[in-house]
Amino acid sequence: MTFTTTISGWGNYPKHEAQLLTPSSCVSIQAEIRQEKTLIARGMGRSYGDSSNAPIVLQTTYCDHFIELDYKTGQLTAEAGITLREILKVIVPRGWFLPVTPGTSYVTLGGAIASDVHGKNHHIAGTFGRHVKSMSIVLGTGEVVKASPVDNEDLFRATCGGMGLTGVIISATIQLIPIRSSLIKQKTIKANCIKAAYEAFEENSSSTYSVAWIDCLAKGKSLGRSVLTFGEHAESGGLELGMRDPISVPFYTPSALLNSVAMKTFNGAYWNKEKHNKTQMVPLMPYFYPLDAIGSWNKLYGKSGFLQYQFVIPKADGVTNMRILLAEIAKNGERSFLAVLKQFGKANDNFLSFPTEGYTLALDFKLTSSTIKTLHRLDDLVVGMGGRVYLTKDAVMQEATFKSTYPKWEAFESVREKYGAIGKFSSAQSKRLGLA
Amino acid sequence: MRKILIIGGTSAIAEHCARIWAARGDELYLVARNEERVQTIAADLKIRGAAQVTTYCTNLNDMDRHGELLDAADIAMSGIDIVLIAHGTLSNQKSCEQSVEETLAEIQTNALSTISLLTLIANRFEAKKEGTICVISSVAGDRGRASNYVYGSSKAMVTAFTSGLRQRLHKSNVAVVTIKPGFVDTPMTTEFKKGLLWVKPNAVAMKIIHAIDKQKNEVYVPTFWCAVMMLIRAIPAGLFKRLKL
Repeated sequence: MTFTTTISGWGNYPKHEAQLLTPSSCVSIQAEIRQEKTLIARGMGRSYGDSSNAPIVLQTTYCDHFIELDYKTGQLTAEAGITLREILKVIVPRGWFLPVTPGTSYVTLGGAIASDVHGKNHHIAGTFGRHVKSMSIVLGTGEVVKASPVDNEDLFRATCGGMGLTGVIISATIQLIPIRSSLIKQKTIKANCIKAAYEAFEENSSSTYSVAWIDCLAKGKSLGRSVLTFGEHAESGGLELGMRDPISVPFYTPSALLNSVAMKTFNGAYWNKEKHNKTQMVPLMPYFYPLDAIGSWNKLYGKSGFLQYQFVIPKADGVTNMRILLAEIAKNGERSFLAVLKQFGKANDNFLSFPTEGYTLALDFKLTSSTIKTLHRLDDLVVGMGGRVYLTKDAVMQEATFKSTYPKWEAFESVREKYGAIGKFSSAQSKRLGLA
Repeated sequence: MRKILIIGGTSAIAEHCARIWAARGDELYLVARNEERVQTIAADLKIRGAAQVTTYCTNLNDMDRHGELLDAADIAMSGIDIVLIAHGTLSNQKSCEQSVEETLAEIQTNALSTISLLTLIANRFEAKKEGTICVISSVAGDRGRASNYVYGSSKAMVTAFTSGLRQRLHKSNVAVVTIKPGFVDTPMTTEFKKGLLWVKPNAVAMKIIHAIDKQKNEVYVPTFWCAVMMLIRAIPAGLFKRLKL
């Protein structure tokens, strides 16, 4: 007996009908892959767009076990369906932390690899994939193979950032980093325009963690005013995680609540609240995962959902180009409640990994009749500046944009062909982007 | 540190209970049918903090071995403080209707094997005058319905049996906790379309642990099922037989 259910990414747009498979072991994942025609793996469904949507979806929820954890070396092996949150509960009290973490702990290990996620330390630590020692992947044939920077290196490079299109990751070994405290020593700097923000990033580029909240509604001289935070793991203060269960948004709120007045008020208040050049100790959970405190915050955007948009543009002409993009965003009347600016370090060799050296901006837009058009216009500008858009957030990019900004897509396809992925693993996104 | 015997250790609800106990540093003894899966779970629970995890593979319908398995758990942990009985299958009502053999097999798995275990455990706990027995029954046991009365009547037996056992063991300082979950999103219920009434196994597990900690008697999970089942039980049989539930 099979049934379908409506699924979507975290942005609640677009929605698809899907048959959900929920295997409870590696053996049953293999059995499903041998049987089923074409599917895509899905973890927590936290990618924003349609990258884990497909008519048949293999959810790894029940394959979420720790396999091995060596407290001496900090090597962790676990099944792909485990969430970073579950990992943190175990490792932080023992003095270890994730080498790279995205802004939510509600993602799976497999998802973090498939998106090759980055964190506030990208300029120093690179992407998540850099810290993956090896992984086991079920190929389209149902066979399990090991991939690492040494074994099946091409498969490894294609799978890190490969959006689940090479096979189903069933387990992985990662290298954790030691910490002495669960506190973060945080320095806050206010930059009153985009140029000042860039300068502050450059001056503090030796900080382990850096990120900026940027006020997308500020105009004129204040265009791009930002609150930057720089962080280091503290040396003392205990290893308590202090993890709390989130307060949940129980239902979809009318999206009209997130209107321009509310956003202006929030952004203005946030700007005024923060103090320049302040140093303080903050707990790890709210520092890395501020939005995890509110369950289903995506429902605040209403039933029609929202689009998250994240691009990166090179350092050269960065200030001028970022000004052009910010002005374009403001001009179209699109409002982003939260916008995050971050410096990226060098790109890696993975075929579809997003980060390239430069600056990245992430915004969310309530879905309205004009949003998709605006994003396509922004895409054109970003392409012209030599930048590109993050596949994990994407729901609307056009095939030509993808193929011109991810030039290794053909090599990616050959690896997929070599390992029997073509015709077996496919998502709504991969179809839209013209991947086989 | 408490010593906990979990019967049906690979069930999603039991596994999530075990994770909470593991994080508290308790000692666990898992009984299950599938050797490979129970080994995976045991390794996971150790990393999550369990003081010790031992596994025992058996088919629980092999009731002659129940005494042996209890002895083994008792020896491995040198005593048992809590028993969680969580094994079971979700019967296919339609095919049961066509087969006496299948119907009896379902009742065997979901009711009789539990009764056998409860009888043995009750006597051991009664003798030492302490212990907690927690059994996962179901809201389905509160009233038989056309759509799943084979499963439902098995659970009804478990509910009635534990009710009596609770009275008997009360004076011996032994708690009997009956859990009645509603719809839980687990591998057992993959083939059901999920709606608003469905809950995740970790949420159910938190309620179960709370019920055991507080030595509750009968607990509906989530709580609203208590009201729903009260209404369903109140419908006169003459009307009930005409309803599609």
